[in-house]
Amino acid sequence: MRHIISILIENEAGALSRVSGLFSARGYNIESLTVAPTEDASLSRMTIVSIGSDEVIEQITKQLNKLIDVVKVVELSEAPHIERELMLVKVRATGKDREEMKRVADIFRGRIIDVTESSYVIELTGNGAKLDAFLAAIDASLVLETVRTGVCGVGRGDRILKA
Amino acid sequence: MQLTGAEIVIRCLQEEKVEFVFGYPGGSVLYIYDELFKQDQFKHILVRHEQAAVHAADAYSRSSQKVGVCMVTSGPGVTNAVTGIATAYMDSIPLVVITGQVPTAYIGQDAFQEADTVGITRPCVKHNFLVKDVKDLAVTLKKAFYLARTGRPGPVLVDIPKDITTHKCDFHYPKSIAMRSYNPVVKGHSGQIKKAVQLLLEAKRPMIYAGGGVILSDAADKLTKVTRMLGFPITQTLMGLGGYPATDGQSLGMLGMHGTYEANMAMQHCDVLLAVGARFDDRVIGNPAHFGQVARKIIHIDIDPSSISKRVKVDVPIVGNVPDVLDEIIKLLEAADGKPDAKGLASWWKQIDEWRGKNSLQYKQGSDLIMPQYVVEKLYEVTGGDAFVTSDVGQHQMWAAQYYKFDKPRRWINSGGLGTMGFGLPAAMGVRFANPKATVACVTGEASIQMCIQELSTCKQYRLPIKIVNLNNGYLGMVRQWQQMFHGNRYSESYVDALPDFVKLAEAYGHVGLKVEKPADVEPALREAFVKHKNELVFLDILTDPTANVFPMVAGGKGLSEMILAEDL
Repeated sequence: MRHIISILIENEAGALSRVSGLFSARGYNIESLTVAPTEDASLSRMTIVSIGSDEVIEQITKQLNKLIDVVKVVELSEAPHIERELMLVKVRATGKDREEMKRVADIFRGRIIDVTESSYVIELTGNGAKLDAFLAAIDASLVLETVRTGVCGVGRGDRILKA
Repeated sequence: MQLTGAEIVIRCLQEEKVEFVFGYPGGSVLYIYDELFKQDQFKHILVRHEQAAVHAADAYSRSSQKVGVCMVTSGPGVTNAVTGIATAYMDSIPLVVITGQVPTAYIGQDAFQEADTVGITRPCVKHNFLVKDVKDLAVTLKKAFYLARTGRPGPVLVDIPKDITTHKCDFHYPKSIAMRSYNPVVKGHSGQIKKAVQLLLEAKRPMIYAGGGVILSDAADKLTKVTRMLGFPITQTLMGLGGYPATDGQSLGMLGMHGTYEANMAMQHCDVLLAVGARFDDRVIGNPAHFGQVARKIIHIDIDPSSISKRVKVDVPIVGNVPDVLDEIIKLLEAADGKPDAKGLASWWKQIDEWRGKNSLQYKQGSDLIMPQYVVEKLYEVTGGDAFVTSDVGQHQMWAAQYYKFDKPRRWINSGGLGTMGFGLPAAMGVRFANPKATVACVTGEASIQMCIQELSTCKQYRLPIKIVNLNNGYLGMVRQWQQMFHGNRYSESYVDALPDFVKLAEAYGHVGLKVEKPADVEPALREAFVKHKNELVFLDILTDPTANVFPMVAGGKGLSEMILAEDL
C-alpha cells in the first residue's frame, strides 16, 4: 500500500540525513521525499511517499516520532488530502510534433515555459498518475529530459499540521 | 564574566554534578583537558583505549542510575569509541559523550584526525550535536544530559570543534530545558491500564515477562509488589535479571534462547502476558510466527511507542514510564473487588512445577574437568550472591546469567543488545567507580578478555580490586557450540591458539594471577581471590571443560517451546 507521510522537523543541519538514514537503516522504502522550510523558517516540512503494509507504516511513523528533531508526524493518506507533484519535461519540438506537443500540453493543462527552435520545456502539475499519463500520451522518443519534484501534500479542510 | 568554550565544558559537567569522566586526551580536546587539569570537582579516569572509556562510563551508569560521561578526541578517538556508543545505544544506557573535532574552518577539508563524527555516530545515538557557536555550548550540553536521562534513555554525543573551545562568551547554565520536538510520555493511559488490570484478574494462565526497562527505570520494587499481589509466575530477559529476586519461588528464571524450560514453556502457553519494559526481541521469543500460534492476550508497558507491536502484535499497549504505570496498576488492584482466579492459577502453577521438574539447568561435575557452570555456582556462594557481576559475550555470559541468582537490580552488567566482546573488564572498572566498596567480578572467557586486556593497566593505576573469573576453554565457545550443532563439527577458526600465560600477564601488569585446573581447587581459589586478596585485582585463569555447551537452547528461527535440553543429547 502507498502511504504519504508529512513531517514537521526542526530546520537544522543534518535533519534530512536523520530521516533518510532512518529509512535506510531499518529497510523502509522511500518512493519520493520532498523537503523545504515552512513559513516559520525554524521548521522544515517533509513529505515522504512510502510503500508498505499498515504495520510497517505504523512503525515508520513511530520511528520518525522518536527522532529528536521531529516535531510532528501525520499520515496524510489516511484521511482526505490533496497531493501534487511538479514535472518539467524537455521535449523535441520540430515539424509536425511542434503543434502536437502544444496540443497535448494544453489538454493536460501544462504550460510551455521555454521555447527554442527545436524544443519546448513543459511545466505540469498534478498527482503522480496525471504526470504519468502525460508521459504516456506523448511520443517517448521525443522526450529529452524529465525532472519531477516528488509528491507534496496537504490535508483537506480542517486537517492542519502545525507545531 | 566571559568564559572560554573549554571552561564552559568543565563548568557544565560540574553543574550536572558529574563525579567521573572516563576519557583519553588528544589534539582536539587539549584545551578542555587543560581546564580539567585546573579543577578537582570531578575526576578524570584515564583509560588505555577509547572503547574502554565508553564501556566504563556505560557500566558506571548501569550500576548507579546516573548518567555516564566520557570524553575522547576527534578522528580515531571517536571511531574507537563507536563500539562503546553502539553498545550503550542497544541497551538504552544514558551517556553523554563529548568528542573533540577539528577546528570549524577545517571541517570537510580531510584535516588530520578528522572524521564525520555526527555522521558516523548518527545511527547509534539517541541524538547528537555539532556545536558551531560557543554561545550554543552550554545549552547543548544541558540538552544532552536531559535527552540522555529522560524518556527511553540513550547515549547523546556532543561534537565540539577545537576553535569553539577557545572562543569566549558569557556562561549561563539553564536550570531546565524545554524542547518542542521532544516530550516523553510519563503517565500511561488510564483507560488502557484499567483494561490491563481487568485482563490480569480474568487470566487463567498468566505470565509476567520483564525486561531491562524495569532496571533502567528503577521499577524493581514496584514490579515485585505487583507480582506478589497477583501471585503470577514471572520471567526475565537477560537485561531484566535482578528486576525480581531470582531466589523467589515465583521467579521462573531467564527466558529466551538459553532460558529455562519452565520460563519458555510458560511464556509460550500463557493466556495473558504482561510484558514490562521488554521488547520481544529475537533472542527472547524466537520465531514470532511460532510464538503467535498460541492465542494469548498481550499487555505491553513500555516508554518507547516504537517498541510496542514491533515484532509481536499487542492487545493492550500502554505507553508510559514503567514505575508510574505499575503504581497505577497497584492502586487499581488494591481497589479491585475481584481477585486473581485462584483455581485457574493453582492448576497453572501445577503445570509450571511439572516443567520445573525437568531441572533444565542440571549438569554433572566430575572430578577431572571443571564445569563452567560449577564455577559460577561457587562464585555465587563465595560472594554471598551480593557481587556486581559484569560479563563479556558468549557461553560464559549465558552461564553467569543462568547460575548467578541476582536478587537485586543493577547487579548484572552485560552487553545484551549489541553483544560486545571486550565489554566485561572496562565495565567492571565503571562499576567499581560507581560503587567504591562493592565486590566486583568480571566473568569472562579467554577470547573476550583479550579484546580489552589493556585495561589491566588502568585497573593498576586506580587500584581497582576487580576479580576476573576467566572461564578458559580454549575456544570461542559459543561459536564452537553452534559449529558443533549446526555446522557438522567443523570448528572453523573458533580455536584460540597461542594463548598467553594469563597468570604471568596479570603479574606483568602488577596484579595477582591464579591458575585453577581441578574442580576441587575452584572454591579455595575463589576464596583466595575474594578474601585473601580482597584489595587486589586477581586474574583467575580457570581451565574448564572445552566441550561444555549452554543448555537449554532454542536454535535460531525455532519456536520457544522447541528447546534442546542437555538431556536430549
